Amino acid sequence: MSARTLPLLFLNLGGEMLYILDQRLRAQSIPGEKARKDEWTDVDRKRVMNDIITTMFNKKFMEELFKPQDLYSKKALRTVYDRLAHASIMRLNQASMDKLYDLMTMAFKYQVLLCPRPRDILLVTFNHLDAIKDFISDAPGILNQVDETFRRLIETYNCLSDGEFQLIRQTLLIFFQDMHIRVSIFLKDKVQNSNGRFVLPISGPVPWGTEVPGLIRIFNHKGVEVKRAEFTTAGNYVTPQREGSFELYGDRVLKLGTNMYSVTRPVETNMSGSSKNLASQAKENIAPNPLAKEELNFLARLLGGLDIQKPAGGETGFRLNLFTTDEEEEHAAQTRPEELSYKVINIEATQEPGRRAELSRILGELEVAEPRPDSAEKGEDLLALMDGL
Amino acid sequence: SQAAWCELPSRVLLVLTSQRGVQMYDSDGSTMVFWHALDVPEHPAAHSVFARGISAAGGRFVCVGTSFGAVLVFDIPPKGTNVTLSEVLEQHRDPVTDIAAEQGQAPDGAGDLVTADDSGTLCLWSTGEEFTLLGKIPGSGSTCSSVALWNGIVAAGYGNGQIRLWEAGSGRIRAQVSAHARWIYALDLAPLTGKLLSGAEDSFVHVWKLSRNADTDDIEIQHCHAECVTDTQVCGARFCDPAGDTFAVTGYDLSEILCY
Repeated sequence: MSARTLPLLFLNLGGEMLYILDQRLRAQSIPGEKARKDEWTDVDRKRVMNDIITTMFNKKFMEELFKPQDLYSKKALRTVYDRLAHASIMRLNQASMDKLYDLMTMAFKYQVLLCPRPRDILLVTFNHLDAIKDFISDAPGILNQVDETFRRLIETYNCLSDGEFQLIRQTLLIFFQDMHIRVSIFLKDKVQNSNGRFVLPISGPVPWGTEVPGLIRIFNHKGVEVKRAEFTTAGNYVTPQREGSFELYGDRVLKLGTNMYSVTRPVETNMSGSSKNLASQAKENIAPNPLAKEELNFLARLLGGLDIQKPAGGETGFRLNLFTTDEEEEHAAQTRPEELSYKVINIEATQEPGRRAELSRILGELEVAEPRPDSAEKGEDLLALMDGL
Repeated sequence: SQAAWCELPSRVLLVLTSQRGVQMYDSDGSTMVFWHALDVPEHPAAHSVFARGISAAGGRFVCVGTSFGAVLVFDIPPKGTNVTLSEVLEQHRDPVTDIAAEQGQAPDGAGDLVTADDSGTLCLWSTGEEFTLLGKIPGSGSTCSSVALWNGIVAAGYGNGQIRLWEAGSGRIRAQVSAHARWIYALDLAPLTGKLLSGAEDSFVHVWKLSRNADTDDIEIQHCHAECVTDTQVCGARFCDPAGDTFAVTGYDLSEILCY
């Protein structure tokens, strides 16, 4: 398996998460003047997006991410995103976080599966980053961090061979194997079947560098072409127009990885019937692990160190619901099949002196390295926070 | 990870490859006959380490490729566990993808083993106490993902969906087929008839017919049949009999084996 897969997995899933959060925040936002203290405004939305993106592209975090390493377990990766989603004033209930993670993973699985060439995974990643840069176009400091990561991606991946990209792709597909959660936006657009499997089109442009199937050319022992023959299949392919750009700026051509959500299309997921093949995975996830806390990897601890305290405004104040009503969210939490629960590990920094020391140490290191402008004000009244913007 | 049956005159071994190395089992899977560990660096290196590409060769050996580009040649005794690493072939500079032994009758000077790598380079060998490199066909930008060798014809499947036929003796290209719209994952050959099976990520499986005219030395490939495994990226395809009358297919996220 490839030891260079994690950055691509993390950035693309992160990108999908931002698309979904942005859509939900817009759908639930109220014009500034009319908002009550516990309702979302445009300013809140921008703040949440900025905070999450800043955390995601933290320099130290990126350095650790890009080190050659194996992929994390599903549990560990889910914990990383849990932390990331809570990097701002926003709070998500378990049910909403589960739904968010389901949507993220199925979307990226779809993108990886449908990539025409293995190296097009890079174009998908660039599409996500282009969109992220759009989200923070009015914050040059964060924009710089994202560009840095962009350059790092180009440096690390542009020179890899097709074979190496195929290995990365296979590593990703194995990670996503047997996940068949149905997503309403996919079902409506007919890119996913009712059994949860994705539709693989047999028409459209062939990948760049591939010829439209159908031609047989025969050569004699002198290397001269002596015969041509054709064969036909059910497929209906055409030649592609141009190749996507692998530069910092450019037309990616490929649509995979661009934002498919819009404010008016609420996205639902459907669990039933998708857990048939998860039996073996389920055993791995359900078995109680007394050493579970040790499993939390450096990345999650890093993110934990950047976490902010609960806002003084109260627990329900800035909660985002991924469902259309609170009742729906409650229902989803109760009816989620056991095998599909992610069993996120929550570390309470106040227990276990050893753990606290570790987190404090990392937090201490981070404060020196990356002074965050608002670190003193976190947990204070929202109005004070907004004044600081 | 890969698994392959290696049929030798004296015994059949089940050979498995992975990131750790190579394991060999007796044909009923009960005893591990041998295992060879790959040198794994302490910290995960940027370059992956794994074994890939398995074939029986020369009636006596089992060859396994590695991500370093080296091909390991194991000498297999007719019985027992005294398997030894007889040779390490170091002609590939890129990770090995597939290895195939001659399944028909090789013309003189054509060699009986072909090895392929990520860069598309093919190496032709003559097996024995010491393996001899007979020829090298350079790659042209696309990974050669799988190979087969029959009557001195090398059939190679590529990441860009092409199938190419090469003449093993001269190293010359004899046919080029725009066969698939995506990465070819599997090639298999039916030695009794010269049928060739190709499976790719585009969901298609094709059956072809190879032929070689001994007098005129014409090499031909014809398309026989196409099968679309709806919404499935084909990862494996194999004939179930030496004449190629039936074949089996596996795919990503598929828990079934489909037989045609």
